[in-house]
Amino acid sequence: MKIGARIGLSLGKATRDAFGLALAELGREYPDIVVIDGDVHNSTRTEYFAREFPDRFFNVGIAESNMVGIASGLAACGKRPVVASFAAFILCNAFDQLRMGVAFPELPVKVVGSHAGISIGEDGPSQMGIEDVALACALGGFAVVVPADEPSTRAATRAMIEHPGPVYLRVGRPKVPVVYTDGCEFQIGRANELRDGTDVTLIANGLMVAAALEAAYLLEQEDISARVVDMHTVKPIDVAAIQAAAEETGGIVVCEEHLHYGGLGAAVAQTVAETSPCRMAFVNLGDRYAESGTPDELLEAYGLTAEAIVAAARRVLE
Amino acid sequence: MATTLSDTKRQELEAIAKRIRRHIIASTTKAGSGHPSSSLSAVEIAVTLFFGGVMRYRPQEPGWPDRDRFILSKGHAAPLLYAVLAEAGYFPVEELQTLRRIGSPLEGHPNRKRLPAVEASTGSLGQGLSIGLGHALAARLDGRDYRVYVLLGDGEIDEGQVWEAAAAARKYQVSNLIAIIDHNGYQQTGPTSEVLDMEPIAEKWRTFGWDVQEIDGHDLDALAAAFAHATAAEAPSVIVARTVKGKGIESVLKELKDENMHGKPLPEEAAQKALALLS
Repeated sequence: MKIGARIGLSLGKATRDAFGLALAELGREYPDIVVIDGDVHNSTRTEYFAREFPDRFFNVGIAESNMVGIASGLAACGKRPVVASFAAFILCNAFDQLRMGVAFPELPVKVVGSHAGISIGEDGPSQMGIEDVALACALGGFAVVVPADEPSTRAATRAMIEHPGPVYLRVGRPKVPVVYTDGCEFQIGRANELRDGTDVTLIANGLMVAAALEAAYLLEQEDISARVVDMHTVKPIDVAAIQAAAEETGGIVVCEEHLHYGGLGAAVAQTVAETSPCRMAFVNLGDRYAESGTPDELLEAYGLTAEAIVAAARRVLE
Repeated sequence: MATTLSDTKRQELEAIAKRIRRHIIASTTKAGSGHPSSSLSAVEIAVTLFFGGVMRYRPQEPGWPDRDRFILSKGHAAPLLYAVLAEAGYFPVEELQTLRRIGSPLEGHPNRKRLPAVEASTGSLGQGLSIGLGHALAARLDGRDYRVYVLLGDGEIDEGQVWEAAAAARKYQVSNLIAIIDHNGYQQTGPTSEVLDMEPIAEKWRTFGWDVQEIDGHDLDALAAAFAHATAAEAPSVIVARTVKGKGIESVLKELKDENMHGKPLPEEAAQKALALLS
């Protein structure tokens, strides 16, 4: 993966791997974790949990609606159920079940969507979850978490398991650059400032955090000081971090591997509008679906690059 | 038909069934909306479960971990569920008159957040069997021996999720999961045979690996026998209960020229006639 290479970020594990390994570890600590699979455990990496805890793992076949209903019943009986499938399938196929069985009755089901974004590559748009964050945010009471890399995904998985309510955790397929160190601070709803700056703020999540760090480096070459904030939690959004960015830097660029409507950009813009209006720009997938290709080719072709963030920052600064 | 119940028990259940029918009609007519006819078809099913010695439960402790579960997957029959819970002692019968009124926990469709005795929030059809399967698997994980009863409508089995759950229940051989199909032959806009014909219903469940019984869903003896068989079965079990939509007040529905009467309360005058029939 090209993102982050220019600033020397090394590639870590895919966030789906970090999730799967962390989940297996947490399984030892929390005997009430039960995992429901839609026959994709070797893709979502719940296979590690399945191997260690076969009695607490249920592969119910390619049936996302049923997965979520079962999880709802398990949660009502005091279990900590995790349902994991592709982001596109679990949210789009089982949205009504997430609404009726999880959000509305306020049950602490943990929903994990893998293969999010266009960086899955060659499998193409049918497999790419790029509207999942909007859908998850629409569910009342859900926390929505999009971690950036391997160490923060490990921490996010623990935070998800320990969160009292329902959570959507979004993870990706490819190996991604490491921006955190092991044992990093991670609190649902509390953004992490990764780099301070005074002229503009780059707010990103997921893979785009590394791209934003790269963009900040490029902007520095032009004597523009960019703050970089990892807004890993889209809901509940960190209002204080956004207000501070608006007031202290005067402009915000929001970067995400998601469609334009209903994602991180919308959440940040709502907060800015309510607290401290400032100039904003958005780097995302727009209002269209992608195609097959290598992850690097797709990120380039669909404008999810450090250069695109730099251009957006310049627009904000004009 | 074989008799399973003692005469005294049968008479007691008949009396409860009559009271529950009266509650259904009175509460929906007072509310001015609701689904009385869909509730009336399943009265004997619910009465047998709650009052025929089939289910164990503690009205003073709704969250008792070892309780048997009753999940109303056809959530629009909420007036039936509320009437049964009130008669069972979960809350005073007088509260039934608050059906669908703001502030009342007796919402149009069951809401488990508002009423602790409600096991699952339902009203979007097709989801209760999956939720019931979750409860049934939790019993296995926790080493508990409670049973899970899920009441579905016959129109509801149009939903694909029902069959996802049916297949998964076979895979895990959850013998503590018992489904009842309230086969009243009607769904919202007409006969199930015309809207989407799912016959042969029993055969479908059989091919999904379930223990299947077909009975008259208003025959209290047949229901008692069917539940005795279902609870002893090694496989997940389904009872296809042939019922009549609006059972007990058929003559009133006939006069109104609407034998389906889906999602409509009886007008005041018709309600009085119906209550008189059931006195």
